[in-house]
Amino acid sequence: MSTLTMAKALNAGLRRALANDPKVLLAGEDIGALGGVFRITEGLQAEFGRDRVVDTPLAESGIVGTAVGLALGGYKPVVEIQFDGFVYPAFDQIVSQVSRLHFRSHGRLSVPMVVRIPYGGGIGAIEHHSESPEAYFAHTPGLKVVTCANPSDAYWMIQQAIADPDPVIFFEPKRRYHDKGEVDVDASAAPDSLYQARIARHGTDATLLTYGPMVRTCLDAAAAAEAEGRSLEVIDLRSLSPIDDATVFASVRRTGRVVVVHEAARTLGMGAELAARIQAECFYELQAPVLRVTGYDLPYPPSRTEHSFLPDLDRVLDAVDQSLAH
Amino acid sequence: MGVALPEAVAAELATSADDHLIQLLTPSGELVADEQFHYTGSDQDLVEDLRTMLLTRAIDTEGTALQRKGELGLWVQSLGQEAAQIGSARAFGSNDLIVPSYRELGVYLALGLDPLEFLGTFRGTAMVDWPTGPANLHLPSFVIGTQTLHAVGMAMALQRDGRVGNPNPDDNGAVVVYFGDGATSQGDVNEAFVFAAAANAPVVFFCQNNQWAISEPTTVQTPVPLYRRASGFGFPGVRVDGNDVLAVRAVTEWALERARSGAGPVLIEAFTYRMGAHTTSDDPTKYRSADEVAEWKAKDPIDRLRTYLLAKGLIDDAWLDGVAAEAATQAERLRTGCVQLVEPDLADSFDLVYTDTPEHLHRQRAEFEAYEASFEVNA
Ligand SMILES: Cc1ncc(C[n+]2csc(CCOP(=O)(O)OP(=O)(O)O)c2C)c(N)n1
Ligand SMILES: [Mg+2]
Repeated sequence: MSTLTMAKALNAGLRRALANDPKVLLAGEDIGALGGVFRITEGLQAEFGRDRVVDTPLAESGIVGTAVGLALGGYKPVVEIQFDGFVYPAFDQIVSQVSRLHFRSHGRLSVPMVVRIPYGGGIGAIEHHSESPEAYFAHTPGLKVVTCANPSDAYWMIQQAIADPDPVIFFEPKRRYHDKGEVDVDASAAPDSLYQARIARHGTDATLLTYGPMVRTCLDAAAAAEAEGRSLEVIDLRSLSPIDDATVFASVRRTGRVVVVHEAARTLGMGAELAARIQAECFYELQAPVLRVTGYDLPYPPSRTEHSFLPDLDRVLDAVDQSLAH
Repeated sequence: MGVALPEAVAAELATSADDHLIQLLTPSGELVADEQFHYTGSDQDLVEDLRTMLLTRAIDTEGTALQRKGELGLWVQSLGQEAAQIGSARAFGSNDLIVPSYRELGVYLALGLDPLEFLGTFRGTAMVDWPTGPANLHLPSFVIGTQTLHAVGMAMALQRDGRVGNPNPDDNGAVVVYFGDGATSQGDVNEAFVFAAAANAPVVFFCQNNQWAISEPTTVQTPVPLYRRASGFGFPGVRVDGNDVLAVRAVTEWALERARSGAGPVLIEAFTYRMGAHTTSDDPTKYRSADEVAEWKAKDPIDRLRTYLLAKGLIDDAWLDGVAAEAATQAERLRTGCVQLVEPDLADSFDLVYTDTPEHLHRQRAEFEAYEASFEVNA
């Protein structure tokens, strides 16, 4: 057991994957000598060489497109997109090729690729560096989409994503990169499944459904609510596609009230999908409509307004009040 | 890995000595002649160039300082690239359109843009806008390479407006677009080359090869000098000493005149050096040697021009003191102006998404305002 930041935990997870499987290779912009702009790959090129930790030309479509070919050639590429806002040049490769080769080949081919994307706001950045594009990918059949919320999950989930035979879009909440947590690297500590949600906090009055950077926000909100005598359950989805319906529905059935929280814009975000599934499956157990606390339907705004744009503890508790008032 | 190239091919591909670097002013400040390119400006122009370069460097330094003090979220330095930026800007004609990337402080200052107009982007008080800036200056782009396609489209519009190839040069215009060495790998940039060639568009691709794309040296992007890429697309490419303001101006004037006349695109590779970090978030000691930086320091664009102008008696110490004082005043104006930039209100963003705001955004704005107001009542 050791205490690591999420950044260091990801680094350790990648190191272990490289050490365990000679077919694993990393590719991306500035991931070599620099160790990536967030230092997630720090030291890995020195340790594993330039053939396995590759500084690529500056072209995201090229990075993902060549990773498709490497995957077809028997490798397991783990590519880094430098920031959320720069995945779009690779969008065609991801949604038209990566996601579909298994289907197009009648199951003969698979693309065991991981696309790592630092995502989300709250770091005071300029444009294109604070986006939450997860819904585009979760909307695409053939892609698995996951996101970690703490160092232990970061360490294990990245390894499980690499081991998965299907392509996985791996979202890393960049504003939580420096959060510390306990990481048990013993194989027995690995979570059962990459695609299982986690009850981050047990509660009885309402369920906060969230993931990635907002897990901590929701845990803080639940702690604050406790002081007011309210017991909130916090579910960390971990996987956005597929969604662990069983864990979600079970919680909703216990509490009868749900607030979905994410940074991404509201319209057709994860909250919309979750609300639809919950009302279809748990209609008679619901005490209140499913509410959403999300980013507004705006392009990510100038950073000095991001505190107003991003869901925070107060907005979450405000929604809980509304839910409980029903 | 792999099989060695046949010698002839290898020799052809290598960065060879005969990759002619167009130069009119040497690093030691001496004029040299080039067969094809000649400086067309006056002595007074050069004095003005030095002044703008010195002011650019001072404002750039202040930008870095403001970031260090926490007043800016980020600053993108132009340090070392002043000649490439200001020399090229001196070639602009009144009908030309300018499409920057994100590192073009020198271009902005040469065009007379108030530096406070772009500070908001880096302070986080604004997106990108030049409310009072020159009308022919497009907004910067932060997605690498994307703007090159826009520039080609703007050039295609000039063609349709009959602004190319007219007998009177005053009726003609062209587009200049800035991008980096790293950007040349993007699909967008290569498609821009294809479209420009296909349309014979009046566009000048101005690539500042500052040797680095964050931590990646240019060799990660290309085994051949970048300017040579142009010929494969079907238009000329030239490599100019990007730290030589005279040569940059001469080459850009030629390329722009050519484009305006209807002869089509040109790729200019301005061979320069990013003297500073990629941005204030970067630590270049992780990936490049102090020796390399020192080698380029000896080719500094400001030093050589100052040496030349002092030797020619076109400036003296008093003149330099005067510019230093002017720079200090401008830096002070930036410092005070920065902290006085109007704090933005998210409420104002809802009406900016569409020209005609749809109902759901009116609702979200109302929801946001009610929420904010609830704190005032409680307070
Ligand atoms: C599409 C895209 N990918 C990645 C980035 C992140 N990024 C910002 S600047 C940069 C390097 C650009 O290098 P170059 O084109 O040489 O320009 P320079 O910064 O040296 O002026 C990178 C990778 C980006 N802004 N856009
Ligand atoms: Mg560069």
